[in-house]
Amino acid sequence: MTTPTTDDRPGLIEARPVRHPGRWVALAVIIVLVAMLISSFITNERWGFSKALEIMNQKPVLEGLWKGTIVGTIGSMAIGIVGGVIIAILRLSQNPVLRGVSFVYTWFFRGIPRLVLLAMIGSGIGFLYANLDFGIPFGKQLASLMGLSSDFTFFTLDVNQFSSSLLAGIIGLGLSEAAYMAEIARAGILSVDKGQNEAAAALGMNRGQSMRRIVLPQAMRVIVPPTGNETIAMVKDTSLLSAIPIITELFYQTRAIGTRTLQIMPSFVAVTAWYLLVGSVLMVGQYFLEKRFGRGFGTGAPNKRFARPAGAGGA
Amino acid sequence: MSDTTTSEPTREPTTRPTSGADARSRTGEDRPLVRALNVLKSFHGNEVLKGIDLDVHRGEVVCLLGPSGSGKTTFLRCINQLEEIDGGRIWVDGDLVGFRDDGGQLHHLTDKQVATQRREIGMVFQRFNLFPHMTALQNVMEAPVQVRRVGKTKARARALELLEQVGLGDKPNAYPAQLSGGQQQRVAIARALAMDPKLMLFDEPTSALDPELVGEVLRVMRELADQGMTMIVVTHEMGFARDVADHVVFMDGGVVVEQGKPKDVISNPQHERTKSFLKRMRAEDDEAAADAESLETPDA
Repeated sequence: MTTPTTDDRPGLIEARPVRHPGRWVALAVIIVLVAMLISSFITNERWGFSKALEIMNQKPVLEGLWKGTIVGTIGSMAIGIVGGVIIAILRLSQNPVLRGVSFVYTWFFRGIPRLVLLAMIGSGIGFLYANLDFGIPFGKQLASLMGLSSDFTFFTLDVNQFSSSLLAGIIGLGLSEAAYMAEIARAGILSVDKGQNEAAAALGMNRGQSMRRIVLPQAMRVIVPPTGNETIAMVKDTSLLSAIPIITELFYQTRAIGTRTLQIMPSFVAVTAWYLLVGSVLMVGQYFLEKRFGRGFGTGAPNKRFARPAGAGGA
Repeated sequence: MSDTTTSEPTREPTTRPTSGADARSRTGEDRPLVRALNVLKSFHGNEVLKGIDLDVHRGEVVCLLGPSGSGKTTFLRCINQLEEIDGGRIWVDGDLVGFRDDGGQLHHLTDKQVATQRREIGMVFQRFNLFPHMTALQNVMEAPVQVRRVGKTKARARALELLEQVGLGDKPNAYPAQLSGGQQQRVAIARALAMDPKLMLFDEPTSALDPELVGEVLRVMRELADQGMTMIVVTHEMGFARDVADHVVFMDGGVVVEQGKPKDVISNPQHERTKSFLKRMRAEDDEAAADAESLETPDA
């Protein structure tokens, strides 16, 4: 490439950049504040970082982290995502009864606080329904009407025993999450260009195929980022499991140790550190998920040359 | 595309009944592939189609012309049930579209039956509507595998063949976003052909394209016509209509104003509305040609 600088023809540009004194001022202020904070960490022994590290590695804390936080988050988000997508599809269905069911579900579970829901599952459900019988609807009434000894019950669940288990807590959080995920999934589905549905229909695909193969994979691009948000929120909301009450739970265990050993603040530091760590790992995971579902949308496609939305014909 | 050609060696002469000859007379060879009788369609009380009659015979290429808002796209979409008609009847290959006739009482078809009818009809959209999360090859394979349950190996071989046919044999693994508009539209044509349709519908297939990309799409369509595919094409490309169509239909305000052989309708229109429309189109073409010329001789 020739860059003639002779004659009157302008050559390469060597302009001075705009100065940003504000950035330097901000940097100076932040450095001073951070230095003050770090100095307080060192000089203020009440922080007790070494104690906090000890607490983080206690067996009950690790068990609480694994069962309550990690298994709790994975389980409740799995229920929440699957349930949410199903509820969103019902909401967009052509069947008015299913649409109504979906609306009422979202209305109910979005309306009650998780703390209240979990407390209710923990102590209320078992009081109302001590046993859950699985069988034919109104089996007992039918059996007595027909004079049979059997009551058409296949198996019975002891609700009092079940309702205080981790599984009950996960189901409770999952049901609540499904209501939120339904709204996210619905927004994702609606974000897909309606020409996509038409193209699928014109090829002879039925509604299910079109939803599963064409619409949902594209909706995922819109669904994944807020779902990552929901997952990180769920990590924190697993601390509500102690309302069931479930004691194999991270915050419950760290606080118990803190209270017992009079290391209140180190126990808070320990639990904060664990939540931040789990949240950081999830953020990395979210980055890769977003990349995966951005396929074909410029960002994820290899050797992108046209950075415009496809399918919409660039319009 | 040997399997989509019909038994008739040449295109039928276009002798068409002007109105309601008994559409249910199933006399085999004479029966048009598409017959529309008095098709009516309104959107929110606004009448878009006011009684369209049209016959399309096997192997014929019919171009629908007319100003925007004349109902030609709506009519095309009605054939494929992307819109439901309010009145009249459409038959494709003797089957009533969208309904089951039970001794005079019509019943809506189920979703499954509608899907089955659509399999036989390929459609190409103005805005391509390729599936952006799939490669060109996957786009073409999708319907045969999912709908016709063709084996993946067989579907892949056929898809590659079709991509070759539309001149994109070298781009099976490109995502739509990596293709130009003309390339995307050619993939869309291959995708529709993969279902071995009896009939291809084109809804302004070149309207969303940059002018220099129109030719490559029209060329593919021309080849398809030469192979004997029955095609209904909504278009503003007068050159294509004049050279390729067996029959052109001029629509305006939801009615067929004039129809016939392209040389009659385009070169010698009888109706006033046809004349003024064609004049407008010609003026635009001249303008475009003038633009092109001025581009070819840039200032030194």
